[in-house]
Amino acid sequence: MSLLEFLQTYGSLIVSGTWVTVIQFLLAVVVAILAALTAGLGKLSKNVLIRGVAITYIEIFRGTSLLVQLFWLFYVLPLFGITLDKFTAGFLSVGLNIGSYGAEIVRGSIQAVPRGQYEAAYALSMSPARRMRRIILPQALVLMLPPWGNLLIELLKGTALVALISVADLMFQTRQINASTFLSAQAFGTALIIYYILARFLITPFMRWLERVMARRLGRA
Amino acid sequence: MDLSDYPLELPEGDRPMVRFMNVTKRYGTLTVLDRLDLDVAEGEMVTVIGPSGSGKTTVLRMLMTLETINGGVIYVDGKPLTHMEKGGKLVPANERYLRKARSSIGMCFQHFNLFPHMTALQNCMEGPVQVLGMSKSEARARSEELLEMVGMIDKKDQHPSRLSGGQQQRVAIARALAMRPKVMLFDEVTSALDPEVIGEVTNVIRQLVAEHNLTMLMVTHQMGFARDISDRICFFYQGKIEEEGPPEQLFETPQKERTQQFLSAVKDAG
Repeated sequence: MSLLEFLQTYGSLIVSGTWVTVIQFLLAVVVAILAALTAGLGKLSKNVLIRGVAITYIEIFRGTSLLVQLFWLFYVLPLFGITLDKFTAGFLSVGLNIGSYGAEIVRGSIQAVPRGQYEAAYALSMSPARRMRRIILPQALVLMLPPWGNLLIELLKGTALVALISVADLMFQTRQINASTFLSAQAFGTALIIYYILARFLITPFMRWLERVMARRLGRA
Repeated sequence: MDLSDYPLELPEGDRPMVRFMNVTKRYGTLTVLDRLDLDVAEGEMVTVIGPSGSGKTTVLRMLMTLETINGGVIYVDGKPLTHMEKGGKLVPANERYLRKARSSIGMCFQHFNLFPHMTALQNCMEGPVQVLGMSKSEARARSEELLEMVGMIDKKDQHPSRLSGGQQQRVAIARALAMRPKVMLFDEVTSALDPEVIGEVTNVIRQLVAEHNLTMLMVTHQMGFARDISDRICFFYQGKIEEEGPPEQLFETPQKERTQQFLSAVKDAG
């Protein structure tokens, strides 16, 4: 079967799978950013309890396998009375996993903002929360964009694992097609290309654009 | 001296704008300020000079409460700055007390420290709007007036990255003044500047001294400038005031050997 015929036959399945992958990606991004900001700020907190929770989260989610985390959220949590549907368990585990890496980026870029900026904000009698929100975070944001670009590509590829708990994403559909037709080269080849296109032509240009916008806000562009 | 030996408030008639009382600062085993007593009267311009490592910048940073205090109490306008009253005696101030107490103090830094994500005008408006709760239009009017005064009104919509060092420092002065401080601190504000733009910053400070009744403390290496505008010069050596006096006296007829050595070394350096 030629690739064209393959696409004509299975195109709709692949499109629907891609759509699910995109939705999983977007929801996981939201989870990852929220988790990274919370844990990154938490790790810088003076409060031992807050810092402890943040470090525990980062250690667990960065130190163990994403696949195991996915299975935990989907298969083990119900044993403790928390049942998540597969779609939620999917983007939640991918988001929390990538968020733990993101937390270190957030912490690192906050600490990379020059000391003088804290001191100038302090000298204007700003409260710690206001210093962070108005002065430090906007500058840290600019510093953290390039590493986040990397992480988001990692996150997109991570979403392929949700196929293993039967979320009907691109990987899931591809495996289904392969199982019923044995057209492995066409099936997995198409998936490969779609993942690449999403990463290379959507995520990367978007992050570049964001970097330019932020640079302009600093009056540097 | 125990903390309970310090007055909760300075008595009427003995209330300098700033009083360092027995102030000690240590970094580990290194004593940077050793039981310092220093008064600055309202409207007075005091310049601190001395070799590097003598503790002169620490004096300003402690007054801005950027450094914690290891001994003694600092008073501003008669009230404790570094400490607060609790159960009839002084205890180290908490964040909330410090925030209010330090609002009467403004500071300009060697490296300007303007906020790079804001324009010159936004830099000046940030404190009044965010901290003083002023309306944007009121803060804008005040900031524009100050930018006018420092000669930066034409550049009010520029980000700091588009401004020269001298221009950035002038905006930084306007930003600090926008909070209407009672005391202004200038920490080596010309040290990071190219020689040809030092004048534009010193002129702004001259103007402040001439036209405003601000209390000012300055650390500088510009001896000629310090001499011109200061009411008093304090020469610091190893965490203590080695000698102090009116500029003519201290520069012309220094009494202490250390002062003489320092001044002649500075003179030789040009």
